[in-house]
Amino acid sequence: MISLRKVSKTYPRSGDALRGVSFRLRKGEFAFLTGPSGAGKSTVLELIHFQTRPTEGEVQVSRYSSGRIRRRDIPALRRRVGFVFQDFKLLERLTAAENVAFALEVIGTPRREIAGRVQRLLSQVGLAARARSRPSELSGGERQRVAVARALATEPRILLADEPTGNLDPDAAAGVFELFRMLNRLGTAVLMATHDADFVRRQRDIRRLELEGGRLVGDSAA
Amino acid sequence: MRAVREALASFRRTPLLCVLSIGAIGLSLVILGLFGLVAHNIGGAIGDVERRVEVVGYLLDDAGPEEVRAAWRELEALPEVESVRYVSKDEALERARRDLVEFSNVYGELRVNPLPASLHLRLREGFRAPETVSETAGLLAAYPFIEEARFGEEWVERLFALRSAAAATALALGGGFALVAVLLIVTTVRMAILARGEEIEIMQIVGAREGYIQRPFLLEGAVTGLAGGLLALGATRLAYVVFPARFPAIESLAWLPHLWTAAGVAAAAALGLLAAAFSVHREVGRAYGPS
Repeated sequence: MISLRKVSKTYPRSGDALRGVSFRLRKGEFAFLTGPSGAGKSTVLELIHFQTRPTEGEVQVSRYSSGRIRRRDIPALRRRVGFVFQDFKLLERLTAAENVAFALEVIGTPRREIAGRVQRLLSQVGLAARARSRPSELSGGERQRVAVARALATEPRILLADEPTGNLDPDAAAGVFELFRMLNRLGTAVLMATHDADFVRRQRDIRRLELEGGRLVGDSAA
Repeated sequence: MRAVREALASFRRTPLLCVLSIGAIGLSLVILGLFGLVAHNIGGAIGDVERRVEVVGYLLDDAGPEEVRAAWRELEALPEVESVRYVSKDEALERARRDLVEFSNVYGELRVNPLPASLHLRLREGFRAPETVSETAGLLAAYPFIEEARFGEEWVERLFALRSAAAATALALGGGFALVAVLLIVTTVRMAILARGEEIEIMQIVGAREGYIQRPFLLEGAVTGLAGGLLALGATRLAYVVFPARFPAIESLAWLPHLWTAAGVAAAAALGLLAAAFSVHREVGRAYGPS
């Protein structure tokens, strides 16, 4: 489903972000992407989401390859790959429901279907009761749930999460993580970047990809 | 529909910025409009003077009426000649007495009419450039009964130099102000994009198509340009009405041809669209292009 083959990424100003990284993530798999700040975790996620292209090597997501993808195919790819951020990236002027509806509208969902789908998505993440609340009225955990509901709006096969629990207290973090596990059990592949080594160690059943200095230094599945 | 809604929402969200942009674009274009009005009127004045340019051939006193008539017909048939008029010796004297009042005594005491008969050639529009006038004068002078052909060479050349200078100034100023207008629209749209940076980022993340994101901004650019163009048109019209009333030295002004005003407003909208396209391509397009 996701395949990185000898991927390197060099930025003109900051230099090498990744060097020769290779791994595969199968359909429906859950994996942590770990490592200290600056290890290259975010770069891996951005490459999989085609926000940037590798300097060397190839990134393959489903049938899309970084070497051959056409500019006009990128939106279709991004609809298959949901993305959740540490800082939620919610629109403050919109309610929770409107934030989710925004994503549905953007991808061309018929207007008459939007309300029902928003209701289902918010119920899925346990936030149906807070549909009319603005982000500023929600806790950190609730905001992240709204962000997850929005990411699920396109019915993605893959969910990328960049430090999704980084801004949350332990209870809220555990709740969001449980949500990811539930989504994974329903068939969505999850790749979650985190630098919280203790948290990762406690989840022994989940594959761990360790990055350091832009290199893949460990893969618990290997 | 969404693009229209979003473009209108953008105007509602940042009304001051939009009003400032339209005002600034309008101001740039009104200067262009005023200059156009002046250029058009200078052009009209030059045209009036041009229409008066004529080539005069003075006849020898022994010129035969038959050969003059034959020459007249030949000259009238030339494509550059609009009309040929014959002024007899008597008519020339009468005109001199009438026009040159200060010499009326001299002309009054004359026993012999010293003034020659003449042929006056008016040239068609498009054939009034100094070279054409000079060539026509040469043709006229070639007839054996013509003593001399004159056309006020220096005057004609000065007139055309003035017109060329006016056209060059119009191009330079027009181009300069158009560039200012483009830069303003590029900046306005860029600011609108930056103001909606979060929304755009989310759209890109969830998989919006490029055109879906770009359309409202393109529309906003076109509408801003159009509004600026209409504002400039209104202000220019106001100046057209007010100036002759306030400054008696300006007797009357001719309003711009409809084609000019329509083309000006359409060009403003097109400039707005192009400037927005440039801005949008730079700011939004990079999220889809290779990097």
